[in-house]
Amino acid sequence: MDVHRFELTASPHIKGPDSTPRIMWSVVATLVPVVGAAIYWFGPSAALVITTATVGCVVTERLFGPGGTLRDGSAAITGVLLGLTLPPGIPLWMAFVGGFIAIGLGKLVFGGLGQNVFNPALLGRALLQAAFPDDMTTWPAAVEHWWQLRGDNFALPLTSADPTVALTGATPLGQMKFEQIPTEAVDLFMGATSGSTGETAAVVILAGGIYLAVKKYLNWRIPISILLTVAVLSQVAHFVDPDRYPGALFMLFSGGLMLGAWYMATDMVTSPTTNHGCWIFGAGIGAMAVLIRLWGGLPEGVMYSILFMNALVPFINRATQPRVFGTGEEVVAS
Amino acid sequence: MSEERLPAVSTPVPSLALGPEERRAQEPLRVESSSVRLVGTLAVAGALAGLAIVLVFQWAEPRIEAWRAEVLAAAVTEVLAGADRYETVFLAPTGSSIADADTTDLDRVYVGYDRVGDRVGVAMVGVGAGFQDVIRVIFGYHPGSGEVIGMQVLESKETPGLGDKIEKDSTFVIQFDRVLAPLEGLKAGRETGAPTEVTMITGATISSRAIIDIINARLEEVRERVDELWMSGGGT
Amino acid sequence: MSPRRVVSPEEVFFRGVWRENPVLIQLLGLCPALAVTNTVANSLAMGLATFFVLVGSSTLVATFKRFIPREVRISAYILVIATFVTIADLVLNAVVPEIHRALGAFIALIVVNCMILGRQEAFASKQPVGRAILDAAGTGLGFIVALLMMGGLREVLGYGSFLGVPLFGPSFEPWIVMILPAGGFFALGFILLLFGWWAERKKEPVRPRRWPHGVTTEVFVGEGGAD
Repeated sequence: MDVHRFELTASPHIKGPDSTPRIMWSVVATLVPVVGAAIYWFGPSAALVITTATVGCVVTERLFGPGGTLRDGSAAITGVLLGLTLPPGIPLWMAFVGGFIAIGLGKLVFGGLGQNVFNPALLGRALLQAAFPDDMTTWPAAVEHWWQLRGDNFALPLTSADPTVALTGATPLGQMKFEQIPTEAVDLFMGATSGSTGETAAVVILAGGIYLAVKKYLNWRIPISILLTVAVLSQVAHFVDPDRYPGALFMLFSGGLMLGAWYMATDMVTSPTTNHGCWIFGAGIGAMAVLIRLWGGLPEGVMYSILFMNALVPFINRATQPRVFGTGEEVVAS
Repeated sequence: MSEERLPAVSTPVPSLALGPEERRAQEPLRVESSSVRLVGTLAVAGALAGLAIVLVFQWAEPRIEAWRAEVLAAAVTEVLAGADRYETVFLAPTGSSIADADTTDLDRVYVGYDRVGDRVGVAMVGVGAGFQDVIRVIFGYHPGSGEVIGMQVLESKETPGLGDKIEKDSTFVIQFDRVLAPLEGLKAGRETGAPTEVTMITGATISSRAIIDIINARLEEVRERVDELWMSGGGT
Repeated sequence: MSPRRVVSPEEVFFRGVWRENPVLIQLLGLCPALAVTNTVANSLAMGLATFFVLVGSSTLVATFKRFIPREVRISAYILVIATFVTIADLVLNAVVPEIHRALGAFIALIVVNCMILGRQEAFASKQPVGRAILDAAGTGLGFIVALLMMGGLREVLGYGSFLGVPLFGPSFEPWIVMILPAGGFFALGFILLLFGWWAERKKEPVRPRRWPHGVTTEVFVGEGGAD
C-alpha cells in the first residue's frame, strides 16, 4: 500500500511563474540600462539622485509600511522611477523628500500597494515641483568633464541650492516653447540633451518598454495609445503652424513622454483593468500632454496628464465593463 | 441622569437603521407642535440673535472703521511721498467736484498735502484681475507732470514666491516713481530707457502686467477729471 | 437594544480632544482645516473662533432644548450658530484686523462647519448643560490641536518660521506648496500617515500566509485501486 501526500487547496490550481515580486524585479532589471544611460549623460549627479530617491522610498516603506513589503520590489521601482524624473542637479535632500512623499503620501496613506489612486513616483515628483519650482526646473548645461556634478547636489537639508554652482541649460521642449529652437532628432533619440536624469535617452527606454510589453508585464495598449495620440495631434498642429508647433517626431522623443508612456502610465495599480479602458486612458494622457505642451504655461505636461487620468481610472473601469458572454447584458460593477 | 447613550461616533446608533415609523414608535410619544409655536419660537430666537449682534456691532464698528482709516492713511502717505495729511475728494461724473459727498457711486481720490499745505499729488485705488484673483492697488499720480509717483498693492492673492513679488520685490515697487503715464511694461533685458517704462518681474510677468494695466485703466477713467480738479486748485 | 453605559465627565471632555478628534479621526470640519492653516497664527485664530462658536452654541442649545420644537430644531441650531459666528467675525475684525483679513470668508463659513452642527444634534440637544459644555470644549480643543498641528507643519516648512519667528538661517529653502491651498492636503496626509502608523504599531503584526495555504493530507491507495 502506497502513501501519497496531497496538498488540498482552494482554486486556482494552475498558476504561472509570475508573481508580484517577479514582475516588479523584472521591471527593475529593464530599468538598469535606463539608469546606465542616465549616468552616462549626467555623470555622478544622476547616480546620486537616483540612489537617494530610492533610499528615500525604501526607508519610508520600511519605517511606515506594514512590514515584509520591501521584498516585492515596488518601493525600489518607485524610487528609481522618481529618481529618473528629477533634474540631475537637484539637492539630494529634495530627492529624499520626494521618495518619502512618493511612498508615504502616494502609497501608504491610501493603504499600501494596490490601494493607491495615483502613481506614487509621479505624486512625489508633483509635490517637489509644487514645493521647489526653481530647483525642479533648473536643467544642467553641458559640462567639460563627465565626473563633474551637474548642480549643487550637496546642499544641506532644508537649505537652498547655491545658484552659482550649476550651469543652467534648457530642455528641448523649453527651447522649442520659449525660443522656437528645435533639437536634432539624433540627440533626442540618444539623450544628448538637457532634461531629467532618465528621460533623455529615448531609445533605451523604448527598448526596455517593448521587452516588458512582449513579456506581458505591461499592457501594450497604454503606451501605444499615448504615443499614437501624441503623434497624430502634434502632427496636425505642425501642419497648421510649422514654425510654432514642432512635428510628431520631436514631440514623441522629447521630454518625459517615453518614460511616462512606458513606465509611469502602465503602473498596474493606477491604470484601467479593461483593454478598452486602456485605450481611453492612453488617448486621454496623450491628448492632455499635447494640450499642455502646446498651449499650457509649462513646457512639459506628461506628469500632470498621467496624474489626471489616474484619477479617472475608476470611472473608466466602470464605463468599460465587458458584457457577460451569452447574455447580452452589461455588467455594472458596483 | 446617570447613564446615557454612547456618542454617535463610537457606535452606530441602532435607531438610524429603522424606518421613521419604527423610530417614532421607540421614542416616547411626542405631541406635534402647532405652527404658531414653531414660527413663534424661531421669531423670538431670531429677535434675540439680532439684538445680540447689534450690540456687538455697536462696539466693533468704530474699531473696524478706525483700522480701515489707518490702513488707508498709511497707504496714501506711502504712495504720495512727503504727504502729511490727505483729503478725500469725490469726482462727479460731469467734472465738477463735490467735496465730502457721501455717495459711494462717485469716484473718489485722495489729495495729499505736505507739511506747509502744498499739494503733492493725488492718490487713487484701482482694481483689476490678477493671475489668481482681484488685485487692489493704490497709486499716486501727479497731474502737473502726468507721472505716477508711487504704488502699493492693497490686496492680492498672487502665487507666493512668484506673483506676490509685485508686493514684496522692492526693485519692482520702487520703479513706480516718476514714470510717465500711461505706463508701459517691458521684460527685463529689453528696456529702452523711455520715461514710461516699467521693468516687469521675471517669472511674474502676468502679475506685473496686471498692476500696470490696472493703473493705466484707472487713470484713463479719471485722468481728465483729476487734471481739471488740479488746475482749478480743487481740494485746497 | 442601544448600548448604554456610564460615560465619565472626563471622558466626555477628552474623547473630543484625542480619541475622537474631529479633524484627525472623524475628518470633519476639513474645509477650514485645509484652507486657513498656512500659519500658526491663522490656525490659532480660526481654532479659537470655532471653539467659541461651538461652546456658545452647545451651551445655548442644551439650555433651551426644552423650548425648541423638534420640527424646527435644525433651523434653530443654525440660527444660534450663525449668531455666534457673526459675533466672532465682528470681534476678530475689531481686535485682530490683520488676521481677520487673512482668514477672509472662512470666518463666516464656520457656520457651515458640520462638526458644530453635528455636536448640537448628536449631543447638546440630548444632554444636560454641563456635559454639553464639556463635550463642546473637548471637541473645540481637539479642533484647535489639529489646526495647530497643520498650521505648525505648514508654517515651518512653507515659511521656515514658527509664529513668525524664523527658525532657520537665510539659506532656508521654502516649500512653496505648503503655503498654497494644496499644501493643506499634503499636511493632512503627513499627519494621517503618522496617526495610521501610530495605530498600526500597537497592533500585532499580521504575517502574510505563504501560498498555497492548503492542508496536507495523506491518501492511502490500496493495491488494485478503487476501480
